[in-house]
Formats: sequence, C-alpha cells, structure tokens
Amino acid sequence: MSAEASATADPAADEAPPILRAARIVKRFGGLTAVNDVSFDIPARSIVSVIGPNGAGKTTFFNMLTGLIRPTSGRITLGGRNITRARPDVITHRGVARTFQNIRLFGAMTAVENVMVGRHARMRAGLAGAVIRPPWVRAEERAARERARELLGYVGLPAGSFERFASQLPYGDQRRVEIARALATEPTLLLLDEPTAGMNPRESAELAGFMRRLRDDLDLTILLIEHDMKVVMDVSERVTVLNYGAKIAEGAPAAVRADPAVIEAYLGKEG
Amino acid sequence: MNARLSTPVAALRTLAGGLPPWWSRVLAAALIVVGAAVPFLFGGNGGFMNATIIAFAYAVMSLGLNIVVGIAGLLDLGYVAFYALGAYSVGWFGSEFFAKAQVHVLVNAVVSTLPGIHLNFLLILVAAALICAAAGVVIGLPTLRLRGDYIAIVTLAFGEIIYVIAVNGQSVSIGGGMTLTAGNLGISAVDSPFFPGVVQFGLLDLKPWYWLIFVILLVAVFVNLRARDSRLGRAWVALREDEVAAVSMGIPLVRTKLLAYAMGAAFGGISGAFLGTYTTQVNASQFQFGFSIFILAMVIIGGLGSIWGAVTGGLVLGYINNWLIPDVLNNLPSSFGFHFQLTQVEFGIFGFLLVITMVLRPQGLIPERRRRLELTAAIPAEDAQLGNEPEGVA
Repeated sequence: MSAEASATADPAADEAPPILRAARIVKRFGGLTAVNDVSFDIPARSIVSVIGPNGAGKTTFFNMLTGLIRPTSGRITLGGRNITRARPDVITHRGVARTFQNIRLFGAMTAVENVMVGRHARMRAGLAGAVIRPPWVRAEERAARERARELLGYVGLPAGSFERFASQLPYGDQRRVEIARALATEPTLLLLDEPTAGMNPRESAELAGFMRRLRDDLDLTILLIEHDMKVVMDVSERVTVLNYGAKIAEGAPAAVRADPAVIEAYLGKEG
Repeated sequence: MNARLSTPVAALRTLAGGLPPWWSRVLAAALIVVGAAVPFLFGGNGGFMNATIIAFAYAVMSLGLNIVVGIAGLLDLGYVAFYALGAYSVGWFGSEFFAKAQVHVLVNAVVSTLPGIHLNFLLILVAAALICAAAGVVIGLPTLRLRGDYIAIVTLAFGEIIYVIAVNGQSVSIGGGMTLTAGNLGISAVDSPFFPGVVQFGLLDLKPWYWLIFVILLVAVFVNLRARDSRLGRAWVALREDEVAAVSMGIPLVRTKLLAYAMGAAFGGISGAFLGTYTTQVNASQFQFGFSIFILAMVIIGGLGSIWGAVTGGLVLGYINNWLIPDVLNNLPSSFGFHFQLTQVEFGIFGFLLVITMVLRPQGLIPERRRRLELTAAIPAEDAQLGNEPEGVA
C-alpha cells in the first residue's frame, strides 16, 4: 500500500493522506474512451474540483467513483479499501454520498421522507422488524425522522416545506433537499455534481460558503464537478481538469487557470 | 369532474386528520367487531355470504399484487401463477391426490385414515406462502435488469408457464402412478381446515370459512400497513421513483426488489390455498391469464399503491363477479328480450368498469396520497402559487 502510494503520489499533493484514490481509471463505451487513464487523489478534509468542457468525462468519472458504472480498468480505493467493483449501495454504506446534475429526488415523497431514505444504510429494520415493530425499531424510526428534520433545517429548507412533496418544491429548495439527503447517509466524502446549475451568482456564492461550512462542521471531504469558474476558484483547494477523458492539468486554482493547456481546452487554440 | 368525485374522500381524510391518534385504534376495533359479526347480519349461508368469502380472498390477492405493482412499481402480469401455486399447495398437501404417500400431521380422525398427504391447514398456509415467496424470487431474478413494459412481458410469460404446467401436469408422472397435477379434471375432495376446539368446518355452515378468511385479511392488511410505513416501504417507493438515486442512497437493489416480489407472491399463495380448500378442488382451468388481469384490475380500480384501495378493489370486483352478476342481475338481459346471461359477458363488464374508472377517476377509488399528487396536483399547485402571489405583494 505505502509503496504503491509513494509510486503514484503527486509531488504537489497535500500532506494529508488521501481519503479516496483512483488509479489509472479507464472507461470505454464501445469504441469511445470516455475516461482515459485518469489517476486522482482526494486528500481528507479538502474541497477538490473537477472541471472540463462538456463531454470531458466528468460525470462518467463520478459515476465510477459511486459504483453506478464500473471502470474498464483501474482501481479505486476508499480509505485504503478497494471499491472498484463494489455496488453503489455498498459504497454509500462505506461513506460516499452524492447529488446529481439533474436533481434526482423521489418526487412523490415528502422532503422529510426523501432524507429518511438517505438514512437507509444507517438503519437496521428489515421486514420482520417492520411488521412486529419492536421498541428498537420505533426508536430507530423516530431518530431517523428527527435527524431528517435537523438536516433539512441545517441546509436551510423552510420548516413549512418539510412535509411537502419534493416535486412541489421550488428548484433551489430541491437542491437543498438533495444535499440533506446525501448528508443523511453520514458520508465522509460528498460528491456534488454541478451543484450551482441553474443558480444565480448570489445563490452560487452562498453555496460556496455553505460547502466550506459543511466541511468544517461535519469533517467532510468534498469533491465537486462545477462549471461556474467563480465558485471553483473561490472554494477549491485543488482543481483537476479533464478534457476528452484525459487529465490535462491539476493543481491550485490559480495555477490551473493560467495553464495554457486549460485555456486551449476551453477557448480553443489561438491563431 | 375529478375534483367533485374526490371531495368526499378528501373531506373524510381531513376529518380523520383532525381526530386524536387513538381514534384510528377505535375505528380499527369497530371494524373488526363489525367484520366478525357479518355472518350474523346476513345469515350464515347463501349466495351473498359465499360471495363475501371469495371477495375477501380476492382482497388478500389484491393486497399482494399491490405490493409489487402499486408500491414497488413492478408491473406483474403473471400474478395468477401464485394463486395456482397456493392452490396446488393445498391440493398436494391436503388431499388424497398423492395416494401412495401416507403423511398425516394434525388432521381430524376421519382424514387420518385416508391415503395421501394431509397436513393441517395452518401448515399448508405456511408452505403455500414459502413456495410462492420462492417462486416470486425466481420470477423476480430475471426481471431485475428490466424496467416497465419488459417486466410485464416476462411476468406474463411466467404466468403462462405455470398455467401450462398445471394443465399438462396430469401427463407428468412423478412415480408410483401419480402425476404432478390433475390438469383440467382437477384435484378434488380437498380437506377442510381443522382447528379442534375453535370452530368446526363443514360444507353447510359458511361462518367458520368467513371467519378464517376475515382473520387472514386482517393479518394481510396489518402486515401491509406496517411494511408500507417502514424503512422497507420507503425503499420500495424510492426504487419506484428513481432507481439510480435509490441505490446511490444505499438501498440494495436486488434484495429490496426480490423482497417485494416474494412478499407479494406469498399473499397470492395464502389466498390461493384458502380458495383451494374452500372450493374443495384445484382445477387448472382456474389459472388462466385473464385472472391475472382481473386481480390487476382490482388494484387499479382500488387505487394503485393504496392499501385500503386494494382491499376495496378486491371487494368490489369480488362482489360484482360472484354476487351481483350471477345472483342479482344475471337474468336482466332476458327481461329486455335478449338471449344471453350476464355471466357470459362478465369480462366485458370488467373491461367497461376499468375504462370508466380510468376516465372518471384515474387515481382509483381510494387513491394513495402519492399517486393523487401525480395525477391531479400538478395544476392546482401552480394555481395555488398564482393565487398566493398578490397576497405576497400586498
């Protein structure tokens, strides 16, 4: 493990041990190589961004980290444990939570119920427990409900909306519920897929502050896919740039912004 | 039209919401007392009582299918397979059909002298539930990677396979001159349940039969309500709403879906076992595809996903099928000079009812709160926002 770590470690990486390490990840869909040999570390308690033009393979990369799709080759470890081929629910159980680019709430469930689903991995009641409903199951249900309300308050959902169906909530509140639902899984690593999509500059700035607060309050590590460069530069400690599935730059926000390869990827070659 | 029709239900709901929590327990107790007294109100025998017993058994099946289709959102068109397996459980383990075997467990003195396998009905119920749960898992496994219409086709095929096996089972020898099923001839002289010291089951008195299915229905409703309002119930709804998001929130897809299939199937088996012993015969012709649609119609007319809706749908179609059409209205056409009986066109009548429901009340008789939202709430919610705006400005 340590030998492998020193062999692939990026000299520019922080001193903190990585909470997640993706080594030489490749994903091919038929003839298309969506992610090509990307290696990537996330230091614990950091906020790290992945950026890149549309179709650069960012979401594909995210989906591999959360087990929704399996890499063609490569290895992903979470806190030293191999999760490359683990099921998504197992990965969630081990402490990775995510939100989605196009909000994927359970529309016909209330905000509180949505967040309670997030508690699923941290609850034990099965069929027998549900039917017999012994005291520990009642206590577990009550605790899950309380925790859900707490989290919804934490992300700033108005109390009047707790029992409304998710599909009836305004867009911004749906984003909040989705983050609360992800937090309910008790993650150590939170993946946010374009959290500021559809937000105005003020809301985006608020969210950037909120992400820092999340990290500090809950000891979280945050990985972010983002298009809003202001947010990325403002909040990230490290930025990784993907283009055509390959990593073209990595480092501190200011350095990445000045990188000629990045400018070319976004704006095209000069002349 | 919808708004007007749903008003009484909505009013009841508001009323119920305003009552103290103990009220639901009082209501449940009253329901049980009234339910238990039904045979005394309508007499122990007769066509109506017979229809009630069958309707209750249908309600149990409807509850089972509702778990799969209504709550977990997996369209199952082969549910009759579980009715068949439940009925065959009682045919195999509670009659003289396997004449070479001599097994008697907790049965009455007369039955103890008969050849064949004879288990106590409670044991058969457990066996039926387990066999069907296993069959539910078997049908569930190949559909795990499928969605929507494709699940419907696979389950439909499964239902047909079981039907074909039931019909042709009389040619399948399992040794000793015994066959797997009796096909369209039917396994007959199925044992009656035996509960010594509680009630005596006989063909002349329907009261014990009624109480038995009433208790089964109560248990089924209870289990359904408890399962719905639990971690498991939330997981089913979450998978129905968005599978990708659900698994990303830590819900194990395979286990949760298979549990829905198994549990839904178990209720079909329990109901099938009861109907087998009640009608004292198990005939392959009962298990045709049309019956799957019939149960699905109960769930849809009652209100997809709604537990009380499933019960209501089962009772409504049960009464129409076994009492209203054959006993009450059967000769109606002849009084208008037509030469047919209503029982000959009953599937046409069910189809008509289904169409009427879809036009007038697509959310079903007792809609589930979530489904009500899907079908009716989108526009009113927008209206409400528009209506609120001036207030906010002022």
